Amino acid sequence: MSTYYTEDHEWVRVEGETGVVGISDYAQKQLGDVVFVELPDVGTSFAKGDEAAVVESVKAASEVYSPVSGEVTETNATLEDAPETVNASPAGEGWFLKLKLSDAGELDALMDEDKYKAYCEGL
Amino acid sequence: MRYLPHTPADREAMLATIGVASIDELFLDVPESARLDGLIDLPNHQSEQAVSQWFARRSAKNVAASSVPFFCGAGAYKHHIPATVDHLIQRSEFLTSYTPYQPEITQGTLQALFEFQTQVALLTGMDVANASLYDGSTACAEAVVMAHRVARGKKPRAVLAPGLHPQYAAATQMLASTLGIEIDERDTRPGRDDLVVDHIDDATSCVVVQSPNVFGEIIDLAPIAEAAHKAGALLIAVFTEPLALAAITPPGEQGADIVVGEGQSLGVGLNFGGPHVGLFACRQKLVRQMPGRVCGETVDANGKRGFVLTLSTREQHIRREKATSNICTNSGLCALAFTIHITLLGDAGITRLAALNHEAACDLADKLEKVEDVEIITETFFNEFAVRLPGSAADAVQHMADNGVLGGVPLSRLEPSADPNILLVCATETGCVEDRDAMVAALKAAIA
Repeated sequence: MSTYYTEDHEWVRVEGETGVVGISDYAQKQLGDVVFVELPDVGTSFAKGDEAAVVESVKAASEVYSPVSGEVTETNATLEDAPETVNASPAGEGWFLKLKLSDAGELDALMDEDKYKAYCEGL
Repeated sequence: MRYLPHTPADREAMLATIGVASIDELFLDVPESARLDGLIDLPNHQSEQAVSQWFARRSAKNVAASSVPFFCGAGAYKHHIPATVDHLIQRSEFLTSYTPYQPEITQGTLQALFEFQTQVALLTGMDVANASLYDGSTACAEAVVMAHRVARGKKPRAVLAPGLHPQYAAATQMLASTLGIEIDERDTRPGRDDLVVDHIDDATSCVVVQSPNVFGEIIDLAPIAEAAHKAGALLIAVFTEPLALAAITPPGEQGADIVVGEGQSLGVGLNFGGPHVGLFACRQKLVRQMPGRVCGETVDANGKRGFVLTLSTREQHIRREKATSNICTNSGLCALAFTIHITLLGDAGITRLAALNHEAACDLADKLEKVEDVEIITETFFNEFAVRLPGSAADAVQHMADNGVLGGVPLSRLEPSADPNILLVCATETGCVEDRDAMVAALKAAIA
């Protein structure tokens, strides 16, 4: 099980043919208190880089881009009533959506945990 | 501040930058028939006194609404506005204040708008209302666009009921066409609103039904809401006379998802058709797709009650081109007048005022029913209803006006292709029994 990161601070964790997508700890800290998450419908297909969700904090509303291509198989219903889960557990219970990966090769272009850590330190 | 006009060279440079050959090209969206070709022929160099006299003579030809028996409604209503309303809205803190971005200096305006939103939500039976839009017709158009957003653009059609005010339909059609939303063909005809359920399908994002409708008919919204929800569509309920909501079951209690309408009738004068105030309310779960400003209640650092703009992250100044809608202006002063009027009336007062209106309309209907060749075509009404005359309603209105009675609005005035014999009549608390008798007599003479 490995997790990959984008320069826009999304992560995707690969579980078999499925990619679980969320935003990083760095992103949730920058956003501040998350008050609302708008999630896509199950069945929607995204190309890598498409707008997949919107995360709204007390400061801003920001787009969440799909780190890889795929079709949405599940979205995190917890976020509907408890959007603050994104702040409490960005890498765990605060996941946004699950995608059926259509091109596992796309993962190679993303950063692994160490690279992403170095990337954030450089910001 | 000095006025520094652009030189022809400035203009050339700007046009070249955006790739447009002439300034006229920027106005191509305006229909050619509405564009002015050349200058209007006006006399030069008249004295102030001459201008004043000329306008005084022209305005003396008008028949003012308050000077004669008055029975026009159809979207703008004449009610008594207590003097307190005008006195309070003229205070410079309200009258001259700009958009309330800064809560530290605009608590008064923010609180007034918060109270306004509360009143609109209570009247419509909805969870949440915004701080107002321009007027009822643009609120209606924005509601259709909002339904399109809620459906994430996957349902391209909107269905408008035949009883929707034709000008509301036109405003909606105009805005929707720019966004690729299809609007069903419609005719303004009485007695057919319940048939909209036959037009709802999986591609329908919303159904727009006005109650009381343009004919004054009160529509049972519940079955329409049920049919809409079954197809995954929203019910948008529209009203032009908010006072009616004090007498009938609010649309929110009949299953409406968005309620929009005109607020002019309470606190705001006829104003020659504007400025008016658009009311907009919706269910809580849709609030993030709602256009316009929202004022919210909060507490400051010391725990004291205060008011701020809330949900601003949807708006242009934060979310730029991704904003929920382009609307960030509200009719602040008219909204304030609305709120002061309702506050003065209170709960019992507004119910009593609604009852007076209904009694006046019933009295007029009873009298018109006895007039030969006049048919009342509205079955259940609040303070306005439609009658079918034996001939042209526009001619009858002109004849009545010549005899000192403003006797209503011909439907054809709102929609030229509609039945020319239908006259829309409204009676409010501002008319007395003698006024109504004068109207009946004038109509008899007009159709004789």
